[in-house]
Amino acid sequence: MRLSLEARARPARIMTWASPLIAAVCSVIGVSILFAVLGRAPLQALYVLFVAPLETLDSLAELALKATPLLLCAVGIAIGCRADVWNIGAEGQFTVGAIAGGGVALACGGNDTWWVLPLMILAGIAGGMVWAGIAALLKTRFNAHEILTTLMLTYISIQLLGYLVHGPWKDPNGYSFPQTRQFADDAMLPMLFEGTRLHIGALFALASVPLGSILLGRTLMGFRIRTVGAAPAAARYAGFSRNGIVWFCLLLSGGMAGLAGICEVAGPDGQLTPIISPGYGFAAIIVAFLGRLNPIGILFSSALMALLYLGGEGLQVSMQLPIAVTGTVQGMLLFFLLAADVLINYRVRLRPSRSATAAGAARHA
Amino acid sequence: MDARNIPPRLSLRGITKRYAATVANSDVSLTIGPGEIHALLGENGAGKSTLVKIIYGVVRPDAGEIRWEGAAVEIPDPNAARRLGVGMVFQHFSLFESLTVAENIALGLGATETIAELTVRINEISGRYGLAVEPTRHVHHLSVGERQRVEIVRCLLQSPRLLIMDEPTSVLTPQEAEGLFAVLRRLSSEGCSVLYISHKLEEIKALCEAATVLRGGKVVGHCDPRVSSEQQMAEMMIGGALPVAHRPSPLQEGRPCLQVERLSLESDEPFGTHLREVSLTLRDGEILGIAGVAGNGQKELLAVLSGERLSPRAEAVQVNGVAAGTLGPTARRRLGLSFIPEERLGRGAVAEFSLTENGLLTVYGQGFVRGGLVRFGAIAQYARDIIKRFVVKASGIEARGSSLSGGNMQKFIVGREIGTNPRVLLAAHPTWGVDIGAAIAIRQALMDLAAAGSGVLVVSEDLAELFEISDYIAVLFHGRLSAPMRTRDTTVEAVGLLMGGGIEAGASPAVAHAA
Repeated sequence: MRLSLEARARPARIMTWASPLIAAVCSVIGVSILFAVLGRAPLQALYVLFVAPLETLDSLAELALKATPLLLCAVGIAIGCRADVWNIGAEGQFTVGAIAGGGVALACGGNDTWWVLPLMILAGIAGGMVWAGIAALLKTRFNAHEILTTLMLTYISIQLLGYLVHGPWKDPNGYSFPQTRQFADDAMLPMLFEGTRLHIGALFALASVPLGSILLGRTLMGFRIRTVGAAPAAARYAGFSRNGIVWFCLLLSGGMAGLAGICEVAGPDGQLTPIISPGYGFAAIIVAFLGRLNPIGILFSSALMALLYLGGEGLQVSMQLPIAVTGTVQGMLLFFLLAADVLINYRVRLRPSRSATAAGAARHA
Repeated sequence: MDARNIPPRLSLRGITKRYAATVANSDVSLTIGPGEIHALLGENGAGKSTLVKIIYGVVRPDAGEIRWEGAAVEIPDPNAARRLGVGMVFQHFSLFESLTVAENIALGLGATETIAELTVRINEISGRYGLAVEPTRHVHHLSVGERQRVEIVRCLLQSPRLLIMDEPTSVLTPQEAEGLFAVLRRLSSEGCSVLYISHKLEEIKALCEAATVLRGGKVVGHCDPRVSSEQQMAEMMIGGALPVAHRPSPLQEGRPCLQVERLSLESDEPFGTHLREVSLTLRDGEILGIAGVAGNGQKELLAVLSGERLSPRAEAVQVNGVAAGTLGPTARRRLGLSFIPEERLGRGAVAEFSLTENGLLTVYGQGFVRGGLVRFGAIAQYARDIIKRFVVKASGIEARGSSLSGGNMQKFIVGREIGTNPRVLLAAHPTWGVDIGAAIAIRQALMDLAAAGSGVLVVSEDLAELFEISDYIAVLFHGRLSAPMRTRDTTVEAVGLLMGGGIEAGASPAVAHAA
C-alpha cells in the first residue's frame, strides 16, 4: 500500500475552514515535542503559551493591544495578496508611519490643541503610503518585484528610525538613551478602558474588518482586485489596469501599516525608540494567510497570533525559554497551514502499490 | 478470428477509466486491423483523449484489456508504448522553438546517434514520404504545418506500427491537409495502422475505412465512413437529430462600424507575428470572416482591435467612426465593441468566480455598478437571463466557472457579450472545441446579431464555419490581411491558397468593398 494524493473534483469547502484547525493541532503537537526536547514539561509550557494569557481582564486587554497592529497590517496585506500584490514590507511602512506621526507629535504636541492627534494619524497613514508608494513606483515603472523592494525598504526604514532616535530626535534629557522625548498628553491616543493599556487604535483595527470585507466583496474595486489576482489575462481582457491595482493595493496596505505604526507609538509606547515593533509587520503576513486572506478570518488569526506573542513572553519570563521559541512556533504554524492547504484541493488515498496493480492486471489477463 | 489468421494490430476490450466525479471511459472496446485507418469520433468530453492516453501509456485504465497483435499487454508509460510500436502526434506540439529540427528530434528520441547521423535518417524519411522538413532549420522559423511534419517524422523514425493522430488538420490549410492524407494513405499501404481523431466528418469520409463513435465515455456505434453519411455520423455523435443553423435575413450594405486603416504593429512576444499594413472595413449587419492558419497574426490582430494592445495612431482603428486606436478595452466597450476571446477559462472567464461574477467581468460599465458598489441583484439577473437564453448547463448562477464544460462556458461568454447589444462583436474561434449542439447555437447567435444590424468579425480556423456564416472572407497570412472576398463568389480552394501564402486568387471581386 502507498499513500497518494488524488485531485478533488472541486475544492472541499469544509477543508477551507478545517485546514487552519488541522494546522493548529499539528502545531500544538510540534510545539510540545519542541518543549520536551528543550527539557520543559510540555503541558505546563502549553498552559503558559495558550491559556495563561486569557485568564485575566488585564491580559485580555493586552491581547487586544497586540492584535491591533497585526489586524491592521494583515487586512492590508491580504487585500494586496488577493490581487497578487505581495507587500512583504508592512514592517517598514509601520516604522515610517510611526516616524511620520511621531514627528508631528514631537513638533506640535503639548499645546493642548485638538488637531494634533488627527494630524498625527493622518501623517502616520501618509508615511506608510509614501513608503509603499516607492515600491509601487518601482514595480509599475521598472517591473521591480514588490517582494524584494518592500523588504529592502523595511531595512532602510529601520536604519532611518535608528538614525533619528540616536541623532536629531534624541531626548536631550534622556541620559543618552536612544529614544525621543515622551509625547505630550494631547499627542497620545485615549484609552478605551481605565487601568488597561488598550487604546482607541483597536477600534480602527476592528473597523478594518467590515470595511475590508465590503471592499473585497461588494465593490467594483474589490472585483478588480480579485480578477487581477485570479486571472491576469481576464483582467486585461476586462480592461482592468494592473498598474492601477498595484498602486491601489500598495497604497492601501501601506497606509494601514502606517496607521498601525502611529497607533503603536501614540498608544502604549508614547515615544520613539530604536525598536518599536516585535516584528508585527512580518507576523501579519502569517496572520493574513492563516485568516485565508479574508478579513473575517484575519480577525481570528490576529487574535491567535497575539496570543502567541503574549504566551511567548510568558515562556521567557516563567520558563526561561528564549524569544526565538515564539518565532519557531509562528513558523511551525505557517508551515503546517500550507501543508494542510493541500487537503483543500486533494484527498489522501491509500492505494495498492504499483507492482500490486500490475500483478492483479496480469492475473486478470 | 481473421480469415487469414492475422490478429488485429490493437484491440481494446472493456476499457474503463473513472475520475473523481466522472467516468471518462466506460467499457470501451475497439479493434484496429493492420494497415487500417480508423477514425475515433466524438464530441468534446466524449472520452476520446482519455482513450488515446490509455493506448499511449499516459493514463492507466481502471479495468479492461489491451491486446497488441494478439497478446495481452500492459502499457505503464509512453516509453512502453513506443517500444510496442505506437507513435503519437499530439494536437499541441512539444518542440523547443530555439532548437533546430534535428536537435528537437534527437531530444524526443533520446537517441544515441550523432546529429549528423540523425540528419541522414531524417532526410531519408522525409524523402520517402514527401514530408518536406529541413533538419538544420530552427523551429521558430517553421509554420505550424512544418512543425507537424517534424512531429510526424519524429514518430516515423521509430518505425511505428500504429500512428495516433489527434485532430491533425485543425492547424493545416486544406492543401496541407491533402498532403497529410497522402502520407497517411502511404503508411497504411505499408501496413502501419492509423488511429485518426477528428470531428471533421468530411475528412473522415475521405480518409478512414472504419470508425468508432464515442458519446459520454461509451461506444455508441461503429460505422464505415465510406458508406455512412456525414449526417448519420453527426447524429451518432450527438445522440439526436442535428439542429440546423440558418441565416435569417438577406444582407444589405450598412454603414461602416469598424474600420482599420493601414495598421502595422510589431508583436510584443518573442516569436509572435508582426501585423503589416492591415486594413479592413466591417459594416453594420455584416459578418466578416478572417481565415488563416494559427500563428499568422490572429492573436495580435484581435488584441489591437479589442484594445488590449494600443495602436500607434488613434485613427488606425475606428469604432463607429470614432478614432479608438489609443483607447483601452473599457473605452472601446463604451463605443459599442464587444469581444469573445479565444481562451475561455482564464481570459473570457475566471475559473474561481461564480457565473454572477463572471457575468460582471465585461459589462460592469453598463449600469451594474452604482457609487462604486456592485449591484449584485441586477448582475445575478443578467447571468440568469444568459443561462436561460443560451441554455447554459450549470447548477445555477453560483456555479464556478471551472465547473462548466467548455461548450457551456463559451455559450455563457457569448451570451454575456451579446447581451449588451454591441454595435461590433469580435469573436475569436467562437466554436473551437465546442460540441456540435453548442457550436450551432453560437453560430446562430452570431447570425442573429448581424441580422439585428450589428457588425460581426469572426476569426476562425474552421473554413467550413466561415463559409457557412460569413458574408465576406479575408485571409491573414504572415501578418498581412488579404482583400475581403464575397463568400458566395469564392471557393474553399481559393481561400486555402491564400492561407498557404499563395498569390491573391479570387480577390478581385471584393476590392471595391475594401475601399
